[in-house]
Amino acid sequence: MAIIGNGDNVLAFKAGGVDAFTAKDAQEAREYLRKLAKEYAVIFMTDGFCRELSQYLKRFNETAYPIIVPVPDGDGDFGMELLRTAMERALGVDILFGREDK
Amino acid sequence: MARLNVNPTRMELKKLKNRHKTAVRGHKLLKDKSDEMIRRFSVYIKENKRLREQATAILKDALTQFANARALMGEAETENAFSMPSTSLELNLSTQSVMNVMVPDIEVKADHRGGMPYSYAQITSEADYSVRRITDAITILAQLAAVEKKVQMLADEIVRNKRRVNALEYVMIPQLEETIHYITSKLGEDERSALTRLMKVKSMINEKNGD
Repeated sequence: MAIIGNGDNVLAFKAGGVDAFTAKDAQEAREYLRKLAKEYAVIFMTDGFCRELSQYLKRFNETAYPIIVPVPDGDGDFGMELLRTAMERALGVDILFGREDK
Repeated sequence: MARLNVNPTRMELKKLKNRHKTAVRGHKLLKDKSDEMIRRFSVYIKENKRLREQATAILKDALTQFANARALMGEAETENAFSMPSTSLELNLSTQSVMNVMVPDIEVKADHRGGMPYSYAQITSEADYSVRRITDAITILAQLAAVEKKVQMLADEIVRNKRRVNALEYVMIPQLEETIHYITSKLGEDERSALTRLMKVKSMINEKNGD
């Protein structure tokens, strides 16, 4: 497992046995991702980067591994957004968040 | 609806009827597949939401503690304290087939070694707490990873399948039906015209033979 993050927070993950990589911007994160995708099965990435690289992340949906997981970093919740778009695309209706909107 | 460009012969009719049968059958099967995928998808999506909420909560907690610990200790000490993993997480990676889509399946085996990866003397208690919470968070995140990927892949597959169902339902099958209808009426027409021609010829011959 590996994590790509934008701050010192990724250091905390090191204590849990995850290899941490710090990137300054989305470009750097993308470079890391490209390299790490071959070595790690599960890669966590902070929300901000995921949002900026969302187009790039789509290509990883074709195969089972590696898995890229957005990790909340206080800047919105991209993971939930992904979930929501996937659901809307597949089912055409909102079965989870519907009540919260109103 | 456009009809297929084929010769109106008995041979073609037979072929088309077979294709029509296959298409209808395929359509039914795909529709069933779609229903089942959607059912499973909704199960996964609920699990995904639950896990993500859980992960977000724990992570937030852990990171707050981490920020506290960092504020209380020096840069170098923090680095030291957190660089050594306290637990080794073993992931059992495998793939699983959900409706013929190969999806990842992760089994997490956390191996808590008990103690903390540093001496207690120099580190604040916030760090202890933070390390413990982060381990929990990562365990959940690993599970979340598998479920989330399943959801994404299933969503793609459902969309693809829907397209196939629609192509069969609104293009292939009407086309085939129309062509079959066309050939049937054409053949019937030919038969009738042949019959009338024969009758006409017969009456002409009868006239000529001078009755």
